[in-house]
Order: sequence, then structure tokens, then C-alpha cells
Amino acid sequence: MNFIQNFTKGFFKENPVFVIGLGLCATLAVTTSLINAIGMGAATTFVLIGSSVLVSIVKKVTPNDIRIPIFVVMIATFTTIVDLSMKAWFPALSSSLGIFIPLIVVNCIILGRAEAYAFKNSVWDSAVDALGMGVGFTIALSLMSGFREIIGSGTFFGFPLFGSGYKGPLMMILPPGGFLMLGLILAFINWNRLRKSNKSGGAK
Amino acid sequence: MNITHLVMIAIGSIFLNNFVLSRFLGICPFVGVSKKLDSAVGMGMAVIFVMTLASFVTYLVYYYVLVPYSLEYLNTIAFILTIAALVQFIEMFMKKNMPALYSALGIFLPLITTNCAVLGVAILNIDSVWADDGTHYTFIESIWNGFTGGVGFTIALVIMAGIREKLEFADLPESMKGLPIAFVTSALIAMAFLGFSGMKIM
Repeated sequence: MNFIQNFTKGFFKENPVFVIGLGLCATLAVTTSLINAIGMGAATTFVLIGSSVLVSIVKKVTPNDIRIPIFVVMIATFTTIVDLSMKAWFPALSSSLGIFIPLIVVNCIILGRAEAYAFKNSVWDSAVDALGMGVGFTIALSLMSGFREIIGSGTFFGFPLFGSGYKGPLMMILPPGGFLMLGLILAFINWNRLRKSNKSGGAK
Repeated sequence: MNITHLVMIAIGSIFLNNFVLSRFLGICPFVGVSKKLDSAVGMGMAVIFVMTLASFVTYLVYYYVLVPYSLEYLNTIAFILTIAALVQFIEMFMKKNMPALYSALGIFLPLITTNCAVLGVAILNIDSVWADDGTHYTFIESIWNGFTGGVGFTIALVIMAGIREKLEFADLPESMKGLPIAFVTSALIAMAFLGFSGMKIM
């Protein structure tokens, strides 16, 4: 697989959230505004790259039987780095993301990539794969939060779009809106896939 | 011991801030194990059990190991290792001494280590502060929070599984089948649970 394919496969074709279905807790919880989504995406991408590179470096000396606990400790280390840095430099973002920063540890995307990719591939390939997956995760979060923020509070990155009197369906930024938005996006992806496969089936 | 606090925790973590439907913790098992009612009940019981024990152990680790040595900033690493070791230990103990329970819950236990609800409740127990007197959760309150959080999770999971078993027979559009309808259903359940917000005890 060449470099470009390895980098971009996480964007849409193997998008960790919409296609593989990992990291759903964070996807639903932090996508009430675009700022939160991008902050969460960046934090997760950093942990993903750090742990993938480290897993790939030590893959030769890691005993197979205890690899999962070793991966988890590495991931927890990077998560702590992100947690402390965000508290120091972005206190507002850190408090609005709340416990979902420490919960990056249990985000299945990271352990999944360590296990499925970094443990079997070279350091450089793992770093590229991690960056691609991180960007894919950020795209997914931004898509969710973009819709939710515009519909729910009528703003885009905090700027009011429809004037100050806009009273949107508040439900979209409350918890049910997260479930609804994710369900609709997944349905759209299914619909698109079915439409394409019907078309190619018809052409034969 | 403050009874009002205990009642508030119970109502809070079962209805107002349900772990799944309002705090979004433990979504993966919520959509993964909710296809059959039997397995949903099994998973729910396993989560109640592990969340209660995890609250118990992580409270002790935090206040008797991390705090005396000023290592609070290591709580994420300490908690995830404690929980992983705890789940492994429970699995071995059950296999040896409670084979009946093990055959019912055993397959769910490895999944629980990466369940964010368990790590989430451990962190919430440490972070939460009472609005009325500014104190942190006590030992009993932490364990109670873990237990009731697990009960809230189980209620959401069982409701969801009941609905999804019926949905099998529904005539859905092709593109809504599977996960999309599951999320739309959870949106409706979450909306129903929103009705509890605004409930006050004091």
C-alpha cells in the first residue's frame, strides 16, 4: 500500500467512527460544539500517533502474552501528557471536555490501531496510519458537531449564523441529538453505499 | 453518613445523568450487546458487579496510595491498571469458585476492561464535588455511585434490547437496518429520560 493510500484510508474509506464503529462514546459526548470536537480530535490524534510509534518501536521485544497491558500503559502515559498539557494551556477547553480527556485511554480506536496495525508494521507506516486515523476521527467529530451546533444553537464556531433571536431545537445539543445525528449519518452512509452498489449491479 | 446524598446519587445516576443515555459512557456494549435480551441482562449484571468493585478499589488506591505520595496526576494510569488487574482477577476467581456464574457472565468480563463506564465512574467518584457543602464523595458514596451507575446502565441496556428484539420484525428501509435504527431508537429513549431532568429531592 503506498503512502497516500495509507494516509487517506482513514478519512472516509475506513473512517474509524462511521465505518468501523469505534470511539463512539467520545463521538457522542463532545460533539456539542465544533471547538470541542476539534480539541478532542487533536488530543486523540496526539495519543494515537505517540502510542502507535512507541508500540511499533518496541514490537520486537514485547512478549505476545502480555502485549495488551503494555499497550494500555503506553496509551495511558500519552493520555496523561495530553490531560496535563490541556489543563495548563487550554483550561477552558479542558473543562468543557471534562472526563472525556482521561477517557481517551479506553477509546477503542487507539488500542485497535496498536493491535491491528502498529504491532505488525514499521514505525514510519504506523505513524502515517495513526495520523490518517486521527484525522478521520476529527473529520467524523467535526461533521457531527457541525450539524449539531448549527441546528441546535444556530452558531458556527461560536459565531451566530441566523441572528441573535434564533431559537433552534435545543434537543440537538442535548444528549438525544447526539444519538439522532449519528443514526442519521450512518443511515446516509448506508444509503449511499446501497445506491452505488445498485448502480454498478445495473451496469453489468 | 448522609442519606440525602445517597438518595441523590441513586436518582442521579439511574435517571437524571444515566451513564449511557446522558453521560455517554459505555456506548460500545450498549450497541454491541443489546441485540438479545438474555445477553443484555448478563452484560448488565457483569457491569454492575465490576463497577461496584472498581469504585471500591480505585477509591482506596487514590486516597491511600496516590494522595499520600502526591501522585494524583497519575490517576489515569493507576486506575486503568487497577481495573484491568481487577477484571482479570475476578475472571480467574469466578472460573475457579463460581463456575455457574462464570458460564453466565464470563464472556462479558474481558469486554468490560475497555468499557468507559468503569473508568468513567472511577474518575467521577474522585472529581465530583457536592454542591451543598463542597466535599468530595466519601467511600460509601463512591461505592454506591458505582452500584447505581451500573443499575442505570443495565436499565438502559435492557430497555434497548427489548426494543431491538421487536425491531427485528419491523419493515425498515434497507439503509436504516442495523446500527442507524439502533441509534435513532436510543435517541428516543434518551428523550424519554430527559423528562426526568428538573426532578429535585431537596
